[in-house]
Amino acid sequence: MKPLSLASINFAWLPILPLIIVAVAAMVVLLAGVGVEDEESEGLGWLTLASLGVAFIFALGLVGGTGVAFAGEIAVDGFSAFFQLLILVAAAFVVLMSLDYAGENRLSGAEYYSLILFSTLGMMLMATAGDLIVIFLGLETMSIAVYALAGMRRRDPRSNEAAIKYFLLGAFSTGFLLYGIALIYGATGTVKLAPIHAALSASMAGNPLLLLGLGMLLIGFGFKVAAVPFHTWTPDVYEGAPTPVTAFMATGVKIGAFAGFVRVFMVNLGPISTHWHAALWVLAAITMTAGNLIALVQTNIKRMLAYSAIAHAGYLLVGMTAAAAYAGSAIMYYLIGYAFTNLGAFAVVIAVERRGAAAGDSISDYRGLARRSPALAAAMAIFLLSLTGVPPLAGFVGKFYIFSAALRSGYVGLVVIAVLNSVTSAYYYFSVIVAIYMQEGGLGHPTLSTRPALAAAIGLAVLATILIGIYPEPYVSAASSAFNSALGAGFMHMTAMLH
Amino acid sequence: MGSGILTATIFVPLLGAAFVMIQRDERAVWNSAFIFSLVPLALSFYLFAAFNPHSADYQFVEQYQWIPQFGISYHLGVDGISLLLVLLTTILITLSLLYSGGGDISERPREFCFFMLVLETGLLGTLLSIDVFLFYVFWEVMLIPMYFLIGIWGHGRKVYAAIKFVLFTMVGSLLMLAAIIYLVLQAQHHFGRLSFDLPLLYQVPLTQTQGEWLFAAFALAFAIKVPIFPLHTWLPDAHTEAPTAGSVILAGVMLKMGTYGFLRFAIPLFPAVALEAVPVFLALAIVGIIYGALVAMVQPDLKRLVAYSSVSHLGFVILGIFALDPAGVEGAIYQMLNHGISTGALFLLVGMLYMRRHTREISEFGGLWKSVPIYAGVFMVVMLSSVGLPGLNGFVGEFLILLGTYLHSWLAAVFAVTGVILGALYLLWTYERVMFGPITHAVNETIADLSGREIAVMVPLIALMLFMGLYPKPLIDRMAPSVEKMLVPIRVAELQRDQQHHSSALARLFDLDNQSSLSRGLLRGRAGEGVPEASSGVREVLNDRVLDERAGERLAIQKMAAK
Repeated sequence: MKPLSLASINFAWLPILPLIIVAVAAMVVLLAGVGVEDEESEGLGWLTLASLGVAFIFALGLVGGTGVAFAGEIAVDGFSAFFQLLILVAAAFVVLMSLDYAGENRLSGAEYYSLILFSTLGMMLMATAGDLIVIFLGLETMSIAVYALAGMRRRDPRSNEAAIKYFLLGAFSTGFLLYGIALIYGATGTVKLAPIHAALSASMAGNPLLLLGLGMLLIGFGFKVAAVPFHTWTPDVYEGAPTPVTAFMATGVKIGAFAGFVRVFMVNLGPISTHWHAALWVLAAITMTAGNLIALVQTNIKRMLAYSAIAHAGYLLVGMTAAAAYAGSAIMYYLIGYAFTNLGAFAVVIAVERRGAAAGDSISDYRGLARRSPALAAAMAIFLLSLTGVPPLAGFVGKFYIFSAALRSGYVGLVVIAVLNSVTSAYYYFSVIVAIYMQEGGLGHPTLSTRPALAAAIGLAVLATILIGIYPEPYVSAASSAFNSALGAGFMHMTAMLH
Repeated sequence: MGSGILTATIFVPLLGAAFVMIQRDERAVWNSAFIFSLVPLALSFYLFAAFNPHSADYQFVEQYQWIPQFGISYHLGVDGISLLLVLLTTILITLSLLYSGGGDISERPREFCFFMLVLETGLLGTLLSIDVFLFYVFWEVMLIPMYFLIGIWGHGRKVYAAIKFVLFTMVGSLLMLAAIIYLVLQAQHHFGRLSFDLPLLYQVPLTQTQGEWLFAAFALAFAIKVPIFPLHTWLPDAHTEAPTAGSVILAGVMLKMGTYGFLRFAIPLFPAVALEAVPVFLALAIVGIIYGALVAMVQPDLKRLVAYSSVSHLGFVILGIFALDPAGVEGAIYQMLNHGISTGALFLLVGMLYMRRHTREISEFGGLWKSVPIYAGVFMVVMLSSVGLPGLNGFVGEFLILLGTYLHSWLAAVFAVTGVILGALYLLWTYERVMFGPITHAVNETIADLSGREIAVMVPLIALMLFMGLYPKPLIDRMAPSVEKMLVPIRVAELQRDQQHHSSALARLFDLDNQSSLSRGLLRGRAGEGVPEASSGVREVLNDRVLDERAGERLAIQKMAAK
């Protein structure tokens, strides 16, 4: 390879415009927040929301693009556009649920919102990266911001514990990832994804250095998507973090991490999938099984949702094991449904929590919710049913798509495990419905009417969960064309390198 | 294409469910729910009248693209197998709503009506879907409202019963989902396109092993729903703890979804395997019939007794289905309707008694004949219909089933007859203990007889019992062509099996070079499939014979349709 010269680099600013907007917005919010009281941070929230909206509009412009920018550091394709859009929507939902929450819990608004923007930036960068180092940059930007977010409730020891735990284990896992990148560099002589892809097509596949690097990457990504046995941080961190941040971790962080994971493994390491699919098979099987079994005995709703998120990571890994184009689009469709359903569920958790206190996140607090607040109860029931995978909701179509992909690749055993896991999961999701509809007692809750933003978030999530399930056609198209566009870009580069 | 009448039948209840939720007044809730349930009732009567009894095909078909990427379409249609079950569903839902509005459900009536109407949508959709994906969606949808009905308005250990019901059903249905996907992928492999359309899937060629596993997955889902012994353990709990209307729908309609699934999916999709499985299902059906009857006999609780009698009655239905001949299957469908009406009526009567006395213990009653004569009279008719007295509906179904079974296996028929006798025994004995003798509890002297509303609920059911007992022709006429058509693949599979025996005997006789591989191949696959080693001559003969047979059957059906 020739050494890079500045002149040969294609400085296309347009593809990274959404990233720039988010980055600038983060700094503006930080500056604008100087002197704003903690209780009055709502304005900053709206500013954040507006900037996310602008970034969304510019990201829409990227749909259908192909090629690379910045000498291959940035991938300009439907895949990055898809994930950028999804991440921006998830971030917007999180901001929407934070508007009241931040003030009530006296989180310092400027830091809170700008950290959310910074971590959004990191996620988007991961989705857009065309280079392992850029993935690493994105991962770190995202993670460091989220470490700080987890500890935002400074007066709550659980929040402090969450931040420290997440930071220590996260730093450790980043080490694995970086070491994996180094080994892959050693094996292939490059950290750019497209040339790696090209190198693999040669007789590189059995190289021990490469395989070791692969394993390290797997561990690094495994930590971020909370796959068992790298999941141990998840429940404590999810429980201790402020609830909107938990929602962000369960959706945004997971989407960002899967964006990188899927691009590296399914697109660029796809040619040697025979070397990693067995490992992913095992990872998928134990992730869903452990996640679901431990979720059965949880009494705290945030911990339960944490283990449920682990289990869902397991289903997504089933899709990754299938290692094919149809599996890639299945994962992407699943993530859309998963994002809205989980964001909605966490929004309900925020609504039920007692203001400014940690109480209210036990499952027994949900008893009798149907009497006190029928709309909230119905929304939660819909989210839980979607998580279980009951048709015609988004979660069902996602599972159907993933299972189809795995069966098509011939993984009948893994699908049977996944199916039995779904039945197990029904028990704990339905237990919450039992508490809501069939038991009495519980806490008195503030009504939603005083928190219109939160109500809007829940309402939108309900609509999305139902619509994406009943009319999945456009989302399936979007997911499949996005994934194919990444594949196409990879192939284009491969052929370009060969000539 | 299509008139939209099936869509209206399915979704008007859902509209009603939404409408009910915005009603403030309790009376308005009941009235609007009842009126909304009358629409699908009227539509299904129209379907019954306008149905062409000479056609074996789907009628009133509607088909639109839904998820084209997966080959999923919104494909509805009704044939002789589903038509009468649709009618049963709409009748029982309407009557249940009418009954429940009379004081049985006092808590949260709005949500109750909401779930009843959503349940109706799920049930009708399950019956009318021709696309397998669509079928699965409705199949799961009907689970959720029933879960809420048991869990919120049930009695005693209602939460336990509701969760048990959901988990049992889900194990089966999710495995079935995996099987559906697998089958569709095989179809894609073979026909080059993804499609969840049932008529196409009927033609997917499968190896013996594939067929066996797929049949097992489908059969498990349906067997849990029926339920076939020994998968019945969820049923007594769910039935006993459910509110009366829930029990009526659960026993009357929902269990039929299992038997309907056998008729529509498990058997026609995998005819060769189904044929092999006949002895297993006949045996399980007989165990169910006798076990259900014996356990029902010793129940001290009236509702539990009726619940176990369902296990026994559904055993008859399974017996008829797996007789795999027209009389047996027609009898099974007839018996599905009978059971829906008779057991539905029994649950309603038990519910009426419970509302008055707040107990269902048989020992709490006795001598009711004197205090509530109308009730006792109605109970008598319903009980006799359940026993299978000639002149009432139960007799027709049981007779056809026994006839069909006898043609297939006289031994099974003999065992089944003992079930009939046991059925008569426990029902008559129960009636005696509840109605006759002296009044042992003073409170029973003063309980009120049936109210006008309750009579209005029971009269249509009794009318149906008489009508179906005396004049079964219009019903049998409508189901016959579809049943014949459904059995065609079974006849073909039977023929192939016989030929395989024949051919392997032949092969042994002539001691062909590749004898062992030939007979192995023949025993494994359907004719022609999976026997690459077999000499091509034998294969051609087999194929020709099968094709001839198929053409013959088609001709017969066409002739029938032309008539």
